[in-house]
Amino acid sequence: MYRASLFVLAACGVLASLPAQAADNDLKALREEIAQMRQAYEQRINALEARLIKAESKADSAQTVAQQAAVQQNTVQQAAASTQSNSFNPEVSMILQGSYNNLKQDPNAYQITGFVPTLGEVSPGARGFSLGESELVLSANIDPNWRGTAILALAPEGGVNVENATFESLGLGNGFSFKGGRFFSGIGYMNEQHSHAWDFADAPLAYKAFLGNQLGDDGVQVRWLAPTDLFLEFGAEVGRGRTFPGAGNNKNGVSQGAVFAHMGGDVGISNAWRVGLSWLGSSPKDRSFDDTDSTGTTVSNRFSGKSRTWVADGIWKWSPNGNSTVNNFKLQGEYFKRREDGTLASNSTAGACGGCAAGFETDQSGWYVQGVYQFMPHWRVGLRHDGLKSGTVNIGLINSGMLSFADFPQLAAHDPKRNTAMLDYSPSEFTRFRLQWARDDSGIGATDNQLFLQYIFSLGAHGAHAF
Amino acid sequence: MKRLVFALFSLLSLAAHAELNVFATVPEWGALVKEIGGKHADVFIATGGLQDPHHVEARPSLIARARNADLVVATGAELEVGWLPVILRNSGNPRVQPGQPGNFEAARAVRMLEVPARLDRADGDVHAGGNPHIQTDPRNILKVGEALVARMAQLDAINANEYQANFKHFAERWKAAMAKWEASAAPLRGMRVVTQHKAFPYLYDWLGILEVATLEPKPGVEPAVSYLAQVMNDVTTQKPRMVIRAAWNSPQPTEWFSEHAHIPGVVLPFTVGGSDQARDLFSFFDDTLAQLLRANK
Repeated sequence: MYRASLFVLAACGVLASLPAQAADNDLKALREEIAQMRQAYEQRINALEARLIKAESKADSAQTVAQQAAVQQNTVQQAAASTQSNSFNPEVSMILQGSYNNLKQDPNAYQITGFVPTLGEVSPGARGFSLGESELVLSANIDPNWRGTAILALAPEGGVNVENATFESLGLGNGFSFKGGRFFSGIGYMNEQHSHAWDFADAPLAYKAFLGNQLGDDGVQVRWLAPTDLFLEFGAEVGRGRTFPGAGNNKNGVSQGAVFAHMGGDVGISNAWRVGLSWLGSSPKDRSFDDTDSTGTTVSNRFSGKSRTWVADGIWKWSPNGNSTVNNFKLQGEYFKRREDGTLASNSTAGACGGCAAGFETDQSGWYVQGVYQFMPHWRVGLRHDGLKSGTVNIGLINSGMLSFADFPQLAAHDPKRNTAMLDYSPSEFTRFRLQWARDDSGIGATDNQLFLQYIFSLGAHGAHAF
Repeated sequence: MKRLVFALFSLLSLAAHAELNVFATVPEWGALVKEIGGKHADVFIATGGLQDPHHVEARPSLIARARNADLVVATGAELEVGWLPVILRNSGNPRVQPGQPGNFEAARAVRMLEVPARLDRADGDVHAGGNPHIQTDPRNILKVGEALVARMAQLDAINANEYQANFKHFAERWKAAMAKWEASAAPLRGMRVVTQHKAFPYLYDWLGILEVATLEPKPGVEPAVSYLAQVMNDVTTQKPRMVIRAAWNSPQPTEWFSEHAHIPGVVLPFTVGGSDQARDLFSFFDDTLAQLLRANK
């Protein structure tokens, strides 16, 4: 019974311990599982932490990059801003010119016989190497309505000549434009072009004789462009008559004025043309020129009166399909006719004069025609013919017998002529070398053979050229 | 006198009276304005397809046309710097001056390539804003069109809806055409070429063509034969497939190179009107691709 009860007890114990043992096993497994889980979590946390650190460092570097970028952006903005404030500076360009001249006749004795000297520098220039005028060009829009341009010619012997200093409207509307200051007059074709844009090294004789190279007055100009597909432009200008044919009168009001009309268009895509008619009127007072009278004395003659000049001009340009880069041809010509009417005073003591004045009347004309052909890219050849007619020169002092023809050698009857040939090479848009030869019969009995070797360089802002 | 006045008035009445008078500097923008403007836009195109757009004379006829324009459409990026400013200043027309709504520059609407890092004329005729020949990539035509239709709608509000509709129609046709062009141009990808003037960087960018050399020593500078020979020696190892010039370039350098390097010389239209086939924007690209594919055979 006792044994049996022990057995039972033991069995009970076993029975009782059975669930306890089972529970123990479970716990172990659970612990293991938890440990595994912890390990796993720890690994994952570690991994996450690592990633976090990585991400943080990345974020840091990203921030640095962002900051750097921001800094850079600021600099870029500043750079942009500074370029912008820079770009308010005017367009600046400079033209460098010079030449080697070989002249048979003394250029200091140069004259266009039969025509009143124009006071301008019209001689062919110094012998040997010489620097031409260096042109400094500044231009910019002033405000939404106006544009300003200054062209300063730096003379090789020193000094600055204000060639142009103008303000110009940026479109007044209805085709009107307005200009004021000192500018090249709109008469003729070549007058508005600057010397560096000419196709020959010097101006046509007609420009030298009638305008003293080029007409540039102080004054105002208004232009109107007709609303037609045909180019039809009218202009008028008034000024002081600062230069020839004016005499810079000491007088209120207007001493010189001009009106002009231009018409132009295309013929097909390859041809473009323009013609013009201009009238220039001036009332010079005491416009003086020096001459040598019959006694060999240098005397001063003074003209007061009216000067009226008509100019007819025409230009035709051809380029195949409008493409002027390979071949192109340009033909241009102008005709001048001038009447002057007034009194001429002389301080000569020759004959019966001793300081005398009488009527003076001239009717003179001149013309030129020139053709320039680009036969291959960068190379051009050109020919020009100049002719002047001294026409009628009616000097009251001679008619009245006070002085004789010998007292006015400068106005002796002579029809100057000149023939010119040139070859130029422009390796780039900004460079030109020119070889020019001319046989110039401007002075009576002093035929000149002229050889020019010229360079023209333009540096700085890319200027736009008119037709 | 009466007769003169009558003649003058009949001339005045000749001036066209469409809703929008447009002056386009180059044919591609003229063609684009026609697509957008339809019957409401009267388009004058200042240059022909065979003309070098860098060197254009400021002809009197151009000044007369700019005087009546409501909108001047130019490439910009200094392409027209040698002539357009003179025309605008002489036009007496305030509406089309730079900065006004009537002055549109296409180059502002696209991403510019070849923007120079330094500006020096020793590098030739470089443009500060980048290479201005943007029209040789049809994706640029679309971008310019988007900007242009907005500008035309702003200037002519009455017909704005029609402009938008026209452009939408054009853009759909254009995208379809582009897909066609890109598919046909697949053999050109990675092709090496020699170009006379840097006129096609946008085309090459679009089609994945590699330019291994240019015949001009510097942009706008005509090459001498000695220089061409040097270029030929330099690129023989690169095996260029063809030598390409724009229709307005002088033919000799490309002909010389083609003959001596024994590779085809190709003349691309460059713009609308640059070849007999390139009559509008679509046929301009049709012909460009046809020329390239023919030479690549």
